[in-house]
Amino acid sequence: MKRIRIDEKYCMGCRLCEVHCIVQHSKTKNILKTYMGECSKPAPRIFVEEKGYVTFALQCRHCEDAPCLDACMTGAMYRDKETGAVLCSEDKCVGCWMCIMVCPFGVISRSSDKKIASKCDLCMGEDMPVCVKNCPNEALKYEDSKD
Amino acid sequence: MAKRPTPTEFIVERDKDRCIACQVCVRMCSNDVHIYDADTNTVTSDNSKCVGCHFCETLCPTDAITIKKNESSFKPNANWSVSVISDITKQAETGGVILTGMGCDKPYTIYWDHILLNASQVTNPSIDPLREPMELRRYIGRKPDKIELDYNKKGKIELKTMLEKQLKLEVPIMFSAMSYGSVSLNTCISLAKASHELGIFYNTGEGGLHKSLYKYGKNTIIQIASGRFGVHPEYLRTGAAIEIKIGQGAKPGIGGHLPGEKVSKEVSEARMIPEGTDAISPAPHHDIYSIEDLRQLIHALKEATDYEKPVGVKIAAVHNVVPIASGVARAGADYIAIDGMRGGTGAAPKVIRDNVGIPIEFAIAAVDARLREEGIRTKVSLIAAGGFRSSGDVIKAIALGADAVYIATSALIALGCSQCQKCYTGKCNWGIATQDPYLTKRLNPEIGVQRLKNLIRAWSLEIKDMLGGMGINSIDSLCGNRTHLRGIGLSDRELEILGIKSAGEPQ
Ligand code: SF4
Ligand code: SF4
Ligand code: SF4
Ligand code: SF4
Repeated sequence: MKRIRIDEKYCMGCRLCEVHCIVQHSKTKNILKTYMGECSKPAPRIFVEEKGYVTFALQCRHCEDAPCLDACMTGAMYRDKETGAVLCSEDKCVGCWMCIMVCPFGVISRSSDKKIASKCDLCMGEDMPVCVKNCPNEALKYEDSKD
Repeated sequence: MAKRPTPTEFIVERDKDRCIACQVCVRMCSNDVHIYDADTNTVTSDNSKCVGCHFCETLCPTDAITIKKNESSFKPNANWSVSVISDITKQAETGGVILTGMGCDKPYTIYWDHILLNASQVTNPSIDPLREPMELRRYIGRKPDKIELDYNKKGKIELKTMLEKQLKLEVPIMFSAMSYGSVSLNTCISLAKASHELGIFYNTGEGGLHKSLYKYGKNTIIQIASGRFGVHPEYLRTGAAIEIKIGQGAKPGIGGHLPGEKVSKEVSEARMIPEGTDAISPAPHHDIYSIEDLRQLIHALKEATDYEKPVGVKIAAVHNVVPIASGVARAGADYIAIDGMRGGTGAAPKVIRDNVGIPIEFAIAAVDARLREEGIRTKVSLIAAGGFRSSGDVIKAIALGADAVYIATSALIALGCSQCQKCYTGKCNWGIATQDPYLTKRLNPEIGVQRLKNLIRAWSLEIKDMLGGMGINSIDSLCGNRTHLRGIGLSDRELEILGIKSAGEPQ
């Protein structure tokens, strides 16, 4: 499947990926409205980690052997047959946070407005995830990967 | 503390209706201009620290930032300009030399803008580069005066003349010396890899060679400067050519100084000096006080590399450039690189950058003419450097007599440089003139290589178009062919030195 690859050598830590992720998952998908008009803006689904001068952006790895899939008791977490992406169906999620606890990368969070889990969905419907598209230093790549 | 007016150069204008307080600018500005206030969730700026590099403006996701020139001004005065007043104020405070980066920014005449190219009409057909082959390849190095043939034992004709080692350029443009230390490793990698893919050369400057760059040796001109940094047998063997650096256009007559803060572990390894120590290149080479001394070094280097590599000499364009170049040619150099007064630098005293040297246009024209007069033009190639902005400048330089052109500032601009002239601070936001690991990663060499390749490709296409227009199908036939140039708005004396006729004068 196609996955997002991170090249931490060239991540500048600008966090534009977070900004664009937030906008993409907002109601209006308009950056000004998302930040200034909508009553609650979504939480980012990509997280920029920083230590010293090393920075990198991390989002769901869409693991082949995904622990969140096993941990989810309602079957809200599922694997998309077509793309192989691990997705969360909002209407089934009951907000038990088991997935958050088992994710080894810590990339699932609570949604900002509803009691449901929020995670990277590879920007379903876009040709390319918006974090990849908007990374000014091409530190994120969207590529085919075997595992 | 005594307080005197120090004018703020730039104003960071932030459109409050567009700023979403994402703090991208706060995180990215290495000069700490932007300040986030968590209480009000707003971003403000300290304009006095802004150097005008436009990094934040480029990254702001809502285009909320515009970097503007500060219009608040002293009374307009042609003599006592704002920059003069702020320099004096700074010196009154610090008692020090004013440093700067990049090339001279004073409005001296740019002669390229006073030279026009020819084109064919009716009597001499022009050539369409899309339909017909067009040759941009150049060879740098000593050429034989004549070709000698002889009969061999079998009675067949055989070539007797041996050609000296040459550098083969696919395009008559190379990347000029920029040392690892003054620029980041990612900059060096971008230049090296782009040269490799383009079939041209880049130049190490006096920074030695980082271990990751050895693999690009075939496209590397290695430099030997007065500090002899990083020079060892492997270094000499790795390069395709060796360049002895006598001077640099931005700061003729003075040496170099890389402050200890920029001498990181890896820089210190490449330069072979202790980590954190200042790297000081003396003003002269202490073993070169005459043309004879230079000849010795040229031949020592040739000897050390088994006569397998061209050895060139780089000099700054100064008043006496003509006899000096003639001496350098006679000392046995395979090429002379002449760096004009608009050439860039990582750090130089401003007063020297702005007041010393002569424009490259005069230097190339005068040196080419003298070498021809003395009958030694074929013995040496001429490379022009110092502020080449476009393919138009390049082709004019070649018509004036240069064999090829060195570019550096325009290459850095292709990589992102905004000409803020703060290279000497080591805080380059674009990841170019810095060793700070937080900043150097901002230049992704993959992007850098592509942008450099695009630039050279674009200029090559334009050069082909211009050559075709003149009815010439090979850059060789243009070299030193000044009949294709005309001057405009120049005095008789200037035309005479440039060796060109005035616009309106027929052949
Ligand atoms: S946008 Fe790119 S460079 Fe900026 S933080 Fe995200 S991954 Fe890093
Ligand atoms: S980057 Fe632009 S939108 Fe973000 S805080 Fe700075 S000015 Fe505001
Ligand atoms: S990033 Fe550059 S232009 Fe922007 S505020 Fe900082 S110094 Fe000024
Ligand atoms: S290299 Fe960097 S510091 Fe130097 S002029 Fe360019 S942008 Fe400014």
